[in-house]
Amino acid sequence: MAKRTIIPFGPQHPVLPEPIHLDLVVEDEKVVEAVPSIGFIHRGLERLVEKKDFVDFVYVAERICGICSFIHGMTYCIAIEEIMKIEVPQRAQFLRVIWSELSRIHSHLLWLGLMADAFGFESLFMHSWRLREKILDIIEETTGGRVIFGSAKIGGVRRDIPADTLARIVKQLKGLEKEIKEITDVFLKDPSVLHRLGGVGVLTKQQAYDLGTVGPTLRASGWAVDMRQTGYAAYKQTDFAPVVETAGDSYSRCAVRISELFQSIGLIEQAAAKMPDGPLDIKVTGTPDGEFFARTEQPRGEVIYYAKADGSRFLQRLRVRTPTFANIPALVQMLQGCELADVPVLILTIDPCVSCTER
Amino acid sequence: MAIFRMALTVLKALVKRPATRKYPFQPAREFPGTRGSIRVDIAKCVFCGICSKKCPAGAIAVNKDARSWEIDRMRCISCGYCVDVCPKKCLAQDTAYAPCAYSKEKDTFKSA
Repeated sequence: MAKRTIIPFGPQHPVLPEPIHLDLVVEDEKVVEAVPSIGFIHRGLERLVEKKDFVDFVYVAERICGICSFIHGMTYCIAIEEIMKIEVPQRAQFLRVIWSELSRIHSHLLWLGLMADAFGFESLFMHSWRLREKILDIIEETTGGRVIFGSAKIGGVRRDIPADTLARIVKQLKGLEKEIKEITDVFLKDPSVLHRLGGVGVLTKQQAYDLGTVGPTLRASGWAVDMRQTGYAAYKQTDFAPVVETAGDSYSRCAVRISELFQSIGLIEQAAAKMPDGPLDIKVTGTPDGEFFARTEQPRGEVIYYAKADGSRFLQRLRVRTPTFANIPALVQMLQGCELADVPVLILTIDPCVSCTER
Repeated sequence: MAIFRMALTVLKALVKRPATRKYPFQPAREFPGTRGSIRVDIAKCVFCGICSKKCPAGAIAVNKDARSWEIDRMRCISCGYCVDVCPKKCLAQDTAYAPCAYSKEKDTFKSA
């Protein structure tokens, strides 16, 4: 038996701008065990809810994550709206779908770029981010922020997208679809990419279920689970089916995200076509009393917001279960038996967002 | 050939204009709705302090006795909530971000 050595990975590592630490137990070049430790950037945002008015906390919730900010803010709003039995206007529901999908496209393009960077394909990384920049321009034009949308609020949304702008955005996305296809074809067909991703870090269907995996990582292992099917916001009025791959390796996780890019563009088109006229928000009066679990689908998977209120202006408890946290056990499983050189690629395949995990 | 799939994209990029802009020499891209720095019309301000109470980052300090309104640009997260809640509508949001600074100083506005 080869000698066992422990190689520390992170919290500072070139592949990942965020701090996660793994102790990799290796035998020669093979990883036999990975011991994760998290908690480097805990900010105590869940505790802050006891000191901030529940209406103002939306802005804090949005800043839990820098990539899926809108969905964080929206999920918090959904939790409060359900407790207070607020009926959100239809137009706001559709706008929420559009912004959620825009953030999904931008997050997946960001991930594709980081992935290309992890396996050393620099020009592919640059081109993925070039496309992402165009999505960010759309986001900035409609919400005023590049990654922090700031457009969710309890009872509706803060901004409107005029009909002519929306028509232009849909046309623009149609054009972008071709460009995205050109780039994603490289991910799916280039032999050097296939060599790095195919058959690496296989997570079987049963393992994915047992470890409580969520999001694209789960869907790549053959489970058609997508929280958007529960029909929050206006998703029940749109028509889509979860993207599923069956191989469970890094390549399928990449393929799921790529198909979701096109699915999101389709969803934005559907939402734009069905967008009703009407008010953007309704006035929120009173205070929440009760508790609710809100579950939505982020680019990385299912996020759960648990809110408990006692009728005062301040919530008693807010608990956020982020998708990355749910995917860490799967990551540890994938790392067992992999080559040391594949570790950065495998860590990236779960699309880790450490800032939201630790809040 | 699959291996040349990327080559075509790279060659196209070679003849196209750069996708980036030369930022300090060329202005950054702005949209009419971009949330930039906060501007105050101090003559209209009644120093009620709602903006400072609502600010998620605690960047605004209002002193009613001294009739001063103070913002810490380094703390401001440009969410625009103060602009929404201001009862006198004396706050507004620019499309440009606050300029870079060498020191952490607060901007103080005083009303006569």
